[in-house]
Amino acid sequence: MVKYCHYFINLKKVSIINHQQLKKAEFKAGCKAAIPLIIGAIPFGILFGTLAPTSGLSVWATMAMSLFVFAGSAQFIVLALIAVQAPLEIILLTTFVVNLRHLLYATALVPRVAHLPIALRAFLAFGLTDETFANMSQRYQPDSPLGNDHQYAHYFYIGSIFSFYTTWSSATALGLVLGNIIPDMTSWGLEFAMSVTFIGMVVPYVNSKAMLSATFSAAIASLYFSYLPNKLGLIISALIGVGAGLSVMRMQKMSINNQEKKI
Amino acid sequence: MNEVWLILGMFAITFGIRFVMFAFAGKITFPVWMQQSLKFVPPAVLTAIIVPAVVMPYGDMDISFTNVYLLAAIISVVISLVTKSLLKTIFFGMLVFLLLKLLIA
Repeated sequence: MVKYCHYFINLKKVSIINHQQLKKAEFKAGCKAAIPLIIGAIPFGILFGTLAPTSGLSVWATMAMSLFVFAGSAQFIVLALIAVQAPLEIILLTTFVVNLRHLLYATALVPRVAHLPIALRAFLAFGLTDETFANMSQRYQPDSPLGNDHQYAHYFYIGSIFSFYTTWSSATALGLVLGNIIPDMTSWGLEFAMSVTFIGMVVPYVNSKAMLSATFSAAIASLYFSYLPNKLGLIISALIGVGAGLSVMRMQKMSINNQEKKI
Repeated sequence: MNEVWLILGMFAITFGIRFVMFAFAGKITFPVWMQQSLKFVPPAVLTAIIVPAVVMPYGDMDISFTNVYLLAAIISVVISLVTKSLLKTIFFGMLVFLLLKLLIA
């Protein structure tokens, strides 16, 4: 009996070690999977830290934004709004609109995290950036090198968040230091850096008639409504753009359906 | 502006959006048209920020060859289409902007 007990305990020990190893492997793989995307994100973290003070944000608020908000594109857009002295309500409304896409990511990941404790889910939600979502989508592909067992896939998720969070905040800090060393960046016309960054982000989106209509109508509307106070024109133009994109997409779908019916 | 409210507000909104689905773990869904419209949001918002910034850099509409912001923005669109790389677009776009500024201003 004692002998058997011993055997049983040993068996348990082995399985614990295996589970620990699996968790570690997932975590490490998550950290690694983030690297290619991190390389792209570092310059933006630095750019954010450099541009923030010239837009009128204090050093502590710049750092706090990267540490607590942790949303790259929203952070940049807010800088652009602070630079033109938009009021707080408009800034927060814009943050809401810009980050709405994360609802899509969260919806896609819900079946994967529903079984986890609520505190862990909260942590995973905090780190749900575009990049980590891309990492997780790869992890759940059937051909993932880590296999189709997703028991500890949330450690992969944590690893990706860890990589991103540490790099994003360090890059912001580095940018703050650089901005301090190189004075008077505004006189160089560095506010154009923001425009060119946004151009580089928008152009790849425009790959369909619907997207073209969305961006084109947002562009025209933004000029037409530019006289409105408090940057209200931004929100209105964005909504017009979204509406235009959605309508064109629907019309295309309808015409495709009609053609199919004729055939 | 009160920066404490700015950070707190941005945190609450961003985290709220990311957490709401996880918190209710599949007990809520949202309509199809909303899901479809979400993908148009980032390009529409970004365009609505870029266009006024480059067409009226000093507050008034300026569609001319002396508006370096507009010229550099148009060239940056072309650069982005050709290179298909965000970092290259920023690098060469800034280069074009600074050169144009030296030449024209």
